Amino acid sequence: MKCRVCKGAAVIDVRRHNAAFCKEHFVHHCDEQVRRAVHSHRMLEPGERVLVAVSGGKDSLALWDILVRLGYEADGLYLGLGIGEYSDESGDYTRAFAQQLGRPLHEVDLGADAGYTIPEAAAVTRRSPCGACGLSKRHLFNSVAIERGYDVVATGHNLDDEAAVLLGNVLRWDTGYLGRQHPVLPATPGFVRKVKPLVRLGERETAAYCVLQGIDYQVEECPMAAGNRHLGYKEVLNALEDRSPGSKAAFLFGFLERGHERFAGEAEHERDELGECSVCGAPTPGTVCAFCRLRSQVGAIELPVELKVR
Amino acid sequence: MKVLLRNPKREVEVAGPITVHALLQRLEMSPESVLVIVGDELVTHDVKLADDDAVEIRPVISGGAA
Repeated sequence: MKCRVCKGAAVIDVRRHNAAFCKEHFVHHCDEQVRRAVHSHRMLEPGERVLVAVSGGKDSLALWDILVRLGYEADGLYLGLGIGEYSDESGDYTRAFAQQLGRPLHEVDLGADAGYTIPEAAAVTRRSPCGACGLSKRHLFNSVAIERGYDVVATGHNLDDEAAVLLGNVLRWDTGYLGRQHPVLPATPGFVRKVKPLVRLGERETAAYCVLQGIDYQVEECPMAAGNRHLGYKEVLNALEDRSPGSKAAFLFGFLERGHERFAGEAEHERDELGECSVCGAPTPGTVCAFCRLRSQVGAIELPVELKVR
Repeated sequence: MKVLLRNPKREVEVAGPITVHALLQRLEMSPESVLVIVGDELVTHDVKLADDDAVEIRPVISGGAA
């Protein structure tokens, strides 16, 4: 295969663009997809401080690298989830990359700082590990960004992630989640802006970017995610993509262009009804936020009697 | 040739020469869900692999979204 741009030997094909690229032009392609996502959705403004949620995996490290190369003031935030050897290794990959990049890395250790690990939370509550993990990340990314003066949190959700989440939301016709599914969640009282600059890149592209740029990332999958519903949705979508390249992008971008606004009102209505958590002050639809309820369930904090979860 | 697979990490032996496309078909893998690396280099699906190539098939699908 030949590079679409320079006709030199290609190293990667991107079937949904009916194109192949050499290293130099593939890196340029990734930069352009991120630049286009950032500009078309007005994700970031010059001079803003960006906190990149990094896990040691391909997506978050690629995102951090691209944002810094594009000139953004982007620092990292790593959450230690306490998932045994897997978390030890993910921390090592992240710290090594932060050093290579020369940017500050903030760290929060769930066990030491919040009083529980993901396996403990999953065992004590009857949540799935992925549910407890997602809840913890959403809360801590936001609270750390506010505490440390960042304007925006950037996450490494890519086109495949977003298409799989959309499929799950559509299968359940979860209108609240459909209203919130967007590459940008604007800042509202108690929340910093959240952005997904990799939404125009598939995960095969972010992995290829890391290999070509010499970014050493954690290839091993989280042991707690094996067999989860999200991975099942990705398999289904990839089977469609094999037969009909471009299906995932058409599904996701068609929703964002023509479907999202039909559900956005519901998400706004939910946001308007948020109050403050009685324990930590974070926005919540109830009296105590989900993060503090989780901490209380695992025994990390004691709620006042009148707030106890039944 | 030796082919390194991940998640879990293991090695299989496949006779060459064979194209990347045919190798993925033989191993029943979706081209959309893996990268193929020979030595340190990424290769496209039309590349013919030789018997003495050290090949890694690296999965790219990650999950864990709540």
